[in-house]
Amino acid sequence: MIPAAFEYHAPKTLRQAISTLRKYDGEARVLAGGMSLVPMMKLRLANLAAVVDLGRIKGLSFIQEVNGGLSIGPMTTHYDIESSEVVQRISPILAEAAALVGDVQVRNRGTIGGSVAHADPAADLPAALLVLHAKFSIAGSARRRIVRADRMFVDAYTSALEEGEVIAGVHVPAMPPRTGWSYKKLANRASRFAIVGIATQVTTDEQGVCTRARVAITGAGPAPTRARTIERYLTGKKLTPLNITKSATRAIAGIEFLGDVHGSPEYRKHLTMELTKQALTEASERIR
Amino acid sequence: MKINITINGEARVDDVEPRTLLVHYIRETRRLTGTHIGCDTSQCGACTVLVDGLAVKSCSLFAVQADGSIIQTIEGVASDDSLHPVQEAFWLEHGLQCGYCTPGMVITLMQVLERNPSPSEAEVRRGIAGNLCRCTGYQNIIAAAMRAAGSSKGGNQ
Ligand SMILES: Cc1cc2nc3c(=O)[nH]c(=O)nc-3n(C[C@H](O)[C@H](O)[C@H](O)COP(=O)(O)OP(=O)(O)OC[C@H]3O[C@@H](n4cnc5c(N)ncnc54)[C@H](O)[C@@H]3O)c2cc1C
Ligand code: FES
Ligand code: FES
Repeated sequence: MIPAAFEYHAPKTLRQAISTLRKYDGEARVLAGGMSLVPMMKLRLANLAAVVDLGRIKGLSFIQEVNGGLSIGPMTTHYDIESSEVVQRISPILAEAAALVGDVQVRNRGTIGGSVAHADPAADLPAALLVLHAKFSIAGSARRRIVRADRMFVDAYTSALEEGEVIAGVHVPAMPPRTGWSYKKLANRASRFAIVGIATQVTTDEQGVCTRARVAITGAGPAPTRARTIERYLTGKKLTPLNITKSATRAIAGIEFLGDVHGSPEYRKHLTMELTKQALTEASERIR
Repeated sequence: MKINITINGEARVDDVEPRTLLVHYIRETRRLTGTHIGCDTSQCGACTVLVDGLAVKSCSLFAVQADGSIIQTIEGVASDDSLHPVQEAFWLEHGLQCGYCTPGMVITLMQVLERNPSPSEAEVRRGIAGNLCRCTGYQNIIAAAMRAAGSSKGGNQ
């Protein structure tokens, strides 16, 4: 399969990339790892006048420790993230989710910026970034703006990015003490995308009472989303097996479950409850 | 567009359309047909090559994205008179039947063993999650990988 013809631009700076995008007035897109865009162009689901390759811009791939949290460049690959000692230490759930994306070849090319912008309803990194309360800095409008993770994933394949905007950085705050984390997914055997994936991070006080719970669900509905009902339910309670089981039945509140060849809405509902239980159990065991 | 790509030690400048996929450039322009096209939808891994040392699916990359890079394909894996340890292990363990998936399997396993020289069987299975084989049932491919890992020279050259 060969995509329709397009013009190729490989700018050296982000500023040039943005001005080139603007010239095409919505008919061009940026190219990062290409693991989603190239297949879509081959299938002619995306027909573009031009492609603006971010791959030649220096300084877009980095992982830095900032105030105990992380600053990550948009072109940082899933492999860079899973194998980074800094990410493993500061935001282990992000390393864990990155290691479960697709396969070795996809992780060698696919990027965090591309994964967020593409907003696949079953993507892994968005779920981890939701529980981490990540923020994205976005260039391309008159002024740089910041978008919070829980405002980013709007609908299937729809992020909060406007025409001509580019994700320039991902910022993750430090993880509080006495926090445990887990990412559990049941993967489609062919693509490795999540049929359902559950990310969670829970924090307790010295008595073991949950002071903050975060749960995000991917694959189940039209967009990765926080499960606020569970978060509220667990806050102020001990993370006992009974409370975890009770909270898991609340995971399904407010989700419009997808049905497709990989699973019916009923099946996804069941998986959501089961994986929530598993993820919360593992996270509570990891609290240190 | 003019691109300069080195494959298996040979540098060349070619003129390609931006939409030329790397796998077509390798097979049709460079005439290296050891890199296969199995699915053409980024799933099967038969088209895997090393671009600057990273295993990638060459059906999912434009040749222009690889401008200036150094590529290794299956043709560049053996040295003059000896097979690469991964190839040798495939031979000894009968790790192939029709051989269609083999070039991609070998290249991917070179990457997996380079990063993790003594993997568990589960790690090998996860390592080739992006490579499909329609013949062997994978058992002998796993056995070959484990043998290559045990040989002193396993992994990338
Ligand atoms: C076989 C296969 C299996 C996969 N399995 C999984 C999986 O299990 N889990 C998972 O989460 N993902 C999976 N993926 C998708 C993969 O994670 C991609 O890396 C990711 O979705 C897109 O990242 P990319 O860098 O390749 O982006 P590209 O494909 O280059 O771009 C995707 C989209 O994002 C836009 N974009 C890219 N970068 C930016 C930026 N910085 N700012 C603004 N817009 C940008 C592009 O214009 C395009 O619209 C799989 C892909 C394949 C091919
Ligand atoms: S042909 Fe490239 S992954 Fe199948
Ligand atoms: S040996 Fe035939 S596809 Fe693997």
